[in-house]
Amino acid sequence: MIKEALNTVSDLWSLMVGLRVTKKYFLDPQVTVRYPWKAVSNIASYKGHLELVSAKAPGKPKCISCGMCALACPSNCLTVVKRKVPKPTPEQAQAEAEAKAKGEKPKDKTPKDPEQFLYDYTLCSLCGTCMENCPVGALAFTGSTYLAGYSREDFHFDLVQVLKNQAGLEGVDASVAPETAESEA
Amino acid sequence: MNAIPAELLRIIIGLVAIAVSVGLIGLVMVWVERKVAGHIQRRPGPYEVGPNGLIQPLCDALKLVGKQLFMPKGADPILFWLAPVLAFLPVLLLFLPLPVGDGLQTLDVNLGLLLILAFSGLAVLSVLLAGWASNNKYGLLGAARGVAQAVAYEIPLLLSVLAVSFVAGSLDLAHVVKLQGTWPWNWNIMTQPLAFLIYIVSALGETNRAPFDLPEAESELTAGFHTEYSGMGFGLFFLAEYANMVVVCSVATALFLGGWHGPVLPGPVWFVLKVSALMLLMVFVRWTYPRVRFDQLLVINWKWLLPLAVANLLLTAFFVKLAQFA
Amino acid sequence: MTTYQNNDHLAGDFYTQNFAKTAGEGNLILNLGPQHPSTHGVLRVVVELDGEYIMRAEPILGYLHRMHEKMAEVKTAAQFIPNMGRVDYGHALGWNWAFVGAAEKLGGIEVPERAEYIRVITCELNRIASHLLWWGAYLLDLGAFTPIMYAFDDREKVLDILQIPTGSRLTYSYYRIGGVAQDLNADCIRRIQEFIPWFRSRLPMYKDLVSDNIILRKRIEGIGAIEQDTCRRYGATGPVARGSGINYDVRRAQPYSVYPKLDFVVPTSDLKDARGRYDVRMIEMEQSLRIIEQALDMMPEGEVLVKGAPKPSWKVPAGETYFAVEGARGKIGAYVVSDGGKNIYRTKLRAPGFCNLSLFAEVSQGTILADAVAILGSLDLIIPEIDR
Repeated sequence: MIKEALNTVSDLWSLMVGLRVTKKYFLDPQVTVRYPWKAVSNIASYKGHLELVSAKAPGKPKCISCGMCALACPSNCLTVVKRKVPKPTPEQAQAEAEAKAKGEKPKDKTPKDPEQFLYDYTLCSLCGTCMENCPVGALAFTGSTYLAGYSREDFHFDLVQVLKNQAGLEGVDASVAPETAESEA
Repeated sequence: MNAIPAELLRIIIGLVAIAVSVGLIGLVMVWVERKVAGHIQRRPGPYEVGPNGLIQPLCDALKLVGKQLFMPKGADPILFWLAPVLAFLPVLLLFLPLPVGDGLQTLDVNLGLLLILAFSGLAVLSVLLAGWASNNKYGLLGAARGVAQAVAYEIPLLLSVLAVSFVAGSLDLAHVVKLQGTWPWNWNIMTQPLAFLIYIVSALGETNRAPFDLPEAESELTAGFHTEYSGMGFGLFFLAEYANMVVVCSVATALFLGGWHGPVLPGPVWFVLKVSALMLLMVFVRWTYPRVRFDQLLVINWKWLLPLAVANLLLTAFFVKLAQFA
Repeated sequence: MTTYQNNDHLAGDFYTQNFAKTAGEGNLILNLGPQHPSTHGVLRVVVELDGEYIMRAEPILGYLHRMHEKMAEVKTAAQFIPNMGRVDYGHALGWNWAFVGAAEKLGGIEVPERAEYIRVITCELNRIASHLLWWGAYLLDLGAFTPIMYAFDDREKVLDILQIPTGSRLTYSYYRIGGVAQDLNADCIRRIQEFIPWFRSRLPMYKDLVSDNIILRKRIEGIGAIEQDTCRRYGATGPVARGSGINYDVRRAQPYSVYPKLDFVVPTSDLKDARGRYDVRMIEMEQSLRIIEQALDMMPEGEVLVKGAPKPSWKVPAGETYFAVEGARGKIGAYVVSDGGKNIYRTKLRAPGFCNLSLFAEVSQGTILADAVAILGSLDLIIPEIDR
């Protein structure tokens, strides 16, 4: 009987303890970051959408258009469009033929960087398989968390163009206004 | 001018003041609730619209007013729309006999307490109608719970109030307040602590506030009896809930906490302060505890509150009689 | 009032009608879900109610079926790893591990020791995050609104830590066949070391606010008791089985990785009810902290990805294997059959939530609606994992 009464008292006391906890946190400072005015501090390590790593010359990608990334991608969101071999002028063709006749190996003059590097962000699952399989390390994640768009097409990027824009607008966050693949075509 | 009796004028002015203040209280309470809840949960709560989000409830109210009044197929149109009105209107009447200050009372009747208890009984009807008429299974379950709960919790509420009015020998709220003094030890809570506790618990049950928010238990019945209500239909239920909170807290203040009595500050200020403190307690309780189960709710009532209230009442009656002889 | 008598819209679909055939006289058939606050996603439970008492309950699945197993048939092993992060958003790394482990077992690939420790640390952190999510959501089911905010406050910290090596916050795809994608850097390790004492200091608050609260105790004590026998029959694992007193933890029963070297207790409870499952999970969080602490101390330097780790085009050698890990909800298994071709021939994923949910129909019988919600919550269901 007494034990039961004591139990009841301790049960009721547990309600008081709960109120004490909420009172404590009521008076404690808030932990919310008021977003549009203050950014959260933990996005540095976030890995957002892909970008091409530029070679020494700004705006020129390191990429050699080998297509390993597109092959490795689990969701087929990458398309690498290689540069077309420019049609040799008659002189060049002649020179080439002469060189061949001499037994020299013809020099590959076509630049290796891709014409277009189409990236469909709507399909990407940010797994990083493409980066790991790039033989030259030409791909990287951006830290961009704030990417937003009005339509599906806003997330179809041509990464070559994005890189060029980035080089042109030094110091401006390129992810803010990436060119869409559609506007290219 | 003589054609209008002074009493009628007073009631009309009072009713207008009540209607305005209920709306205002609703808005302020929504803000306070969200702000307090936010701070408890270490969030800022609303802070975007107006200073510290003070205009936010007004915007929400406007949004509610602007929404389409939607009625589900198969619902009873008359009863469906009657329910929110029925939830809200009696609440206005509940404010009539509340003594905010000395003489500051809309309707000075000697049965004020009875009036409040009688009108608050109407709230059950609106819950029942809302749940029944909306032709929704969740609504029906919510309504069934609401009725059982309200019927059960009215009894200890009544008994605890009666104990106080025994001591005062009156059902007039103003009279009960007048008998109390300035300082806390002159208040009825010192002589009737148990009645106060019972009152507060049953008031939580009566107003369907967490942890006794069974009729609208969100995780079980989605929104219970008001599942199908949108726009102002929901808005009225919402407003009625907060207005009901104010009423039960006001009655508690008048009966147990000395009403308008208090040092230094004028009477109405003290009254408002005490009511706010009680409301804050109710808000804190809501954001701290889990919800009780339905059968537990009834067990608390029938096995604990009711016997305690009856015992308290008998003891009080005994001592009152003893005091009369002495 | 012409619409008053028309109740066509209440007739229900195939499941409801089929269910209704055997319903008792005057009983109410109620669909809990697919959109319902307490089903955590799109689970649908058809219940037959007599008043508030549940006569029968039948969970209906498939609203979140995404064909993960079929997708495995059209992808190479390495390409399938991102899928595993999406099966169960609560404990993504457990699923990562189950599949990667199976592929490694079939390919005979040794994982560097440091990678094993990193896997243990991240997986346990993920378990804490998952349990915190459950804790908050469960309390929300029981009508307490505040605990989930406190739980998320802590969970944020775990996610911040896990974001450093994995780069994402929820659907990780971090483990690779033969190791992990990235090493834990100094900042990450420092944060983990700070997190452990901090989280320990938070646990008493959880106890004060919730575990000891009389209303909560009354809500979960003696509710939804599951006998050991029933657990075994349905194949329940994880905290659900341990809450019924079955001492079964894959980390101990079928040791994998470096768990045998670590000292931790497998908590069990003899209460068998929702309270038992609750207690088990609360203790598991503490034990996870212990495991992380030890793993951090014991972690050697070295590689995190084995030399010559499989490329995406890697063909899994022919054969079949099963690899199980202990997830936050129970035994996560991956059964992989390979014919040596480009893609894995067949992958079968064992979701612990599926077995745990199967219990619900039996356990909830005869309880009242509020208890059914409490039972459903105590099983810790993540619907995407159940539907896969």
